[in-house]
Amino acid sequence: MKGLAAVYSGNVQAVIERGFRVIGNQNWAIILSGFFEPVFYLLSMGLGLGGLVGVVTGPGGQPITYAAYIAPALLATSAMNGAIYDSTWNVFFKMRFARLYQAMLSTSLGPLDVAAGEIFMALFRGLLYAIGFLGVMGIMGLTTSWWSLAMVPVALLIAMGFASLGMAVTSYFTTFQQMDLINVALLPMFLFSATLFPIEVYPVAVQWFVMAMPLWHGVELMRALSAGIFTDATAVHLSYFVVMTVSGVAFTTRRLRALFLR
Amino acid sequence: MSVIEASGLTKTYGELNAVDGISFEVAPGESFGLLGPNGAGKSTTMRMIGGTSLRTSGSLTVLGLDPELNGPEVRAHLGVIPQQDNLDTELKVRENLILYGRYFGLSHAFLKRKADELLEFAQLTEKADEKVDNLSGGMKRRLTIARGLVNEPKILLLDEPTTGLDPQARHILWDRLFRLKEEGVTLIVTTHFMDEAEQLCDRLIVMDHGKIVAEGSPASLIKEYATREVLEMRFGSERNASVVSQLEGIGARIEVLPDRVLLYTPDGEGALERVAHVGLRPVTSLVRRSSLEDVFLRLTGRSLID
Repeated sequence: MKGLAAVYSGNVQAVIERGFRVIGNQNWAIILSGFFEPVFYLLSMGLGLGGLVGVVTGPGGQPITYAAYIAPALLATSAMNGAIYDSTWNVFFKMRFARLYQAMLSTSLGPLDVAAGEIFMALFRGLLYAIGFLGVMGIMGLTTSWWSLAMVPVALLIAMGFASLGMAVTSYFTTFQQMDLINVALLPMFLFSATLFPIEVYPVAVQWFVMAMPLWHGVELMRALSAGIFTDATAVHLSYFVVMTVSGVAFTTRRLRALFLR
Repeated sequence: MSVIEASGLTKTYGELNAVDGISFEVAPGESFGLLGPNGAGKSTTMRMIGGTSLRTSGSLTVLGLDPELNGPEVRAHLGVIPQQDNLDTELKVRENLILYGRYFGLSHAFLKRKADELLEFAQLTEKADEKVDNLSGGMKRRLTIARGLVNEPKILLLDEPTTGLDPQARHILWDRLFRLKEEGVTLIVTTHFMDEAEQLCDRLIVMDHGKIVAEGSPASLIKEYATREVLEMRFGSERNASVVSQLEGIGARIEVLPDRVLLYTPDGEGALERVAHVGLRPVTSLVRRSSLEDVFLRLTGRSLID
């Protein structure tokens, strides 16, 4: 690894400025669509399915409605999906077809400026969605603690973990078929990570597997925050995403270097 | 002092020596060409100058700096025009210039003025608020070049600047590049078009298989490796090879291509008369001045465009 001067010029803001300019040129309806997805899930599953399920056991053993049980998990999933979309499909297109990064890297920008700027834009979108969804939760009376406000920054942390890692993984993909693998990984993770029901229904070995996956940690974190009830495990969940982010950024920078500074 | 100095510059991809120990220097304000067929190592050399390709061995300085160690700083003084346009299709024409300038850390106040000036230069003032996708091929190319000038580069790297453009668009572009040259910008041009090299380059290196096979001004290379004129004759594809023995002694040198015979001579018309004298009747004949194409054919035994 050569010195920082070869990969970083301290001009992340220019990459971010471009991101906002592009948003300005875009149709706001497309941007808003990302907000409605988790809201639709919450309405159909939380209220619809929730009517059949009735009251379930929440964090700390207290009884809560099914909607209140899944809402924090949906927020975590939404943070994941938004970050993954921005850091995989978006990045894939810019890398392989628009050749945007190639253009950026023929200026003073280094790979680290580009990676940091793109991750920031992914987080900005995630921030908007998280605030919106938390608002919906508040209106529906699904939050019981002021701690739930902390779900917004934690959504960003979850998004950062997924975005940084997603970008690095995307750098290996060259075809659309390979890109489909991302969905193959994400959908089961959404369905089985204690999002819609507790993982105690699985055999122990499967439970361990789920607990190794990042989304489970995100779901547990959000659920704890929505109720304001924390355990020692909360620190582990937080650390999981800190480690994921740090290694993801390092990994992505390395990959951008390998791809563009050959 | 030279703006670019390369010595023993080598780039290896696995077994392949894409660039194989080349050395050259470029003086400030010079228009320097890298000429050769596809795969000769021209683009790789360009990428190494911009610091976006790491050399395997040898030394390279651009404006006194090593582009590998000081990539962002070196690129601050470079204008890079890639082979394929990579304009930002999510931004409008003017925004493409402004944001690209922002990547260099330039101020909005400066870029506002600069963008107007460059739109004028690229003859795109009326298209300033268009989407990039609505531009023609020639317009996109001009915008790409204008974009490469936004940081007022000392060195402009042009990789196949007019490939894929129609003749009129090429001439407009050449005219723009002449103006830059007059302003003292150092141009580094890769091309596999001989006429382009002759139009644009003060001096050039001819590359083949990653090596430099000749170096000089277009005129001196033609003088050294070809005669003043060339007589091109077509006898029909079956007969081209068989007439060679009868042509011996008429020109300085004969090249037989699959579709035609080239006869190198100081006096093309005179040679054609002598060809008629020995009783040969070419289907078509053409006398032209020698070009870099002929130099390349002489040096490598192959033509440039396969």
